[in-house]
Amino acid sequence: MNTVIQLSYFLAAVLFILGLKRMSSPVTARGGIVWAGAGMVVATLVTFFWPGMHNYGWMMLAIVIGGGAAWYTGKKVAMTDMPQMIAIYNGMGGGAAAAIAAVELMRGEFFSTTFQVLAVLGALIGSVAFSGSMIAFAKLQGIIRKSLIFPNQQLLNLLVFGGALVFGLILMAADQPGDSSIFLFFLLALAFGVMMTVPIGGADMPVVISLFNALTGLAVAFEGFVLGNAAMIIAGTVVGSAGTLLTQLMAKAMNRSLGNVLFSGFGAGATAAAEQGEEGIMKEVDATDAAVMMAYADKVIIVPGYGMAVAQAQHKVWEFTKALQERGVTVKFAIHPVAGRMPGHMNVLLAEAGVPYDMIYDLEEINNEFPQADVALVIGANDVVNPVARSNPESPIYGMPILDADKAKNVIVVKRGRGKGFSGIENGLFFLDNTRMLYGDGQEVAGKLIAELKQL
Amino acid sequence: MIEGFTALYIFMLAAFTGYEVIARVPVILHTPLMSGSNFVHGIVLVGAMVAMGHAVTDMEKIVGFIGVMLAAGNAVGGYVVTERMLEMFKSSKGADQ
Repeated sequence: MNTVIQLSYFLAAVLFILGLKRMSSPVTARGGIVWAGAGMVVATLVTFFWPGMHNYGWMMLAIVIGGGAAWYTGKKVAMTDMPQMIAIYNGMGGGAAAAIAAVELMRGEFFSTTFQVLAVLGALIGSVAFSGSMIAFAKLQGIIRKSLIFPNQQLLNLLVFGGALVFGLILMAADQPGDSSIFLFFLLALAFGVMMTVPIGGADMPVVISLFNALTGLAVAFEGFVLGNAAMIIAGTVVGSAGTLLTQLMAKAMNRSLGNVLFSGFGAGATAAAEQGEEGIMKEVDATDAAVMMAYADKVIIVPGYGMAVAQAQHKVWEFTKALQERGVTVKFAIHPVAGRMPGHMNVLLAEAGVPYDMIYDLEEINNEFPQADVALVIGANDVVNPVARSNPESPIYGMPILDADKAKNVIVVKRGRGKGFSGIENGLFFLDNTRMLYGDGQEVAGKLIAELKQL
Repeated sequence: MIEGFTALYIFMLAAFTGYEVIARVPVILHTPLMSGSNFVHGIVLVGAMVAMGHAVTDMEKIVGFIGVMLAAGNAVGGYVVTERMLEMFKSSKGADQ
């Protein structure tokens, strides 16, 4: 039986890697998750035959409760809320890794000190990923709205982390760790996860979630060593390194280092620059004129942002796009790497509405096309089209690559109100001569544009 | 048991594999991939089951139960969400891939 179990784990590991590989191309991506899923089913089923196990009834119940709740929420959640769901499921994985470590530490029968050390490290990382992900979820879900920043915060965080480390060392060294030190260790580790995530602003959450994803992978790998489980080691490590790379790519797309994201409350040093910011008049346009401008254009580039997601406007936008195409207008979608709350967030939403992915372009692909575009239609995007990032070294987003929407012949900005964007930075684009503001909720405005287009 | 240098080698090779798999991915797949890798570490379910299966005291059983429940949530939720996202990738050439 042992050979069958090991072989199945091996098969699962292969399927995970092939699945992830397939997921890295749009053509094969859909098959990828099925492959990985098959690996998971195989691995889970054979584990029931692991020698010397008890508690099957309770185990089944736990799987049904956890799996059932996740199935239900995962099916029901709106596409716009995907980022926070990833955060919460990821946190659960971290919590599970920590729970494994807790059980092993309580039993205290370690094969060797190395395994004991790895168990504690995995527990520390897993706990931080668990509580941190829960805070990330709460922030994106709007349960926590404020970023809590206070003096000496970093110092306090460091102390809590140090405390967790001290108890971790005690656990590593002890033959049979006491329950109270186990409890205090987990308490401090969980507290640190909360405290390190609380000051981070919502705009940076994608990077943080990705980091926690990588950390959970690492924690799973460490607990895999403790249990002598190759599938966990390989899958966990692959996710750990892939996640780390993904985190770096995301941070790079925002032109910030990971350290900058984690340790500087965004916007804290930025207010001065923002306040003296751009001056000028925003010029309004109504839906009729905007529709006419686009109907008689040769080329329109649509730049969607989080505002489109909030307004659930993707379906209407696609309908509008099709209406424009019928009139012979070339329409392209330009997606900034960090548009929305997560890289690729906009792509997922547009795909949901039915926009084919070959109409959607990355920043590098589309930027030199803006000067030829008659109209750039910016829907609910703000910082990613802010030319200040090119021109004002004082600005906190200075140096971030942006979409050159301002270079289009005309720019129409669909925006709910006159306020600043998520980051609180004034947007120079809104004051340009070739920019017109079209105020209103994204979905409503797109609806009006479609109606106007029909009357032409 | 996988021990010492063997463990270290597995760790290193798996780390490079993860890096290579992700290295040249278009931005449009970043979210699905993050979600997909989130699902893959749901394999922690296997470990949680083993830990719970060997639990003896009540406290161990309770923590094991929580572990299995969380891990199942990770695996199932990760799968459902990733699948829903990837379901939407179609090309304008029509044909389902």
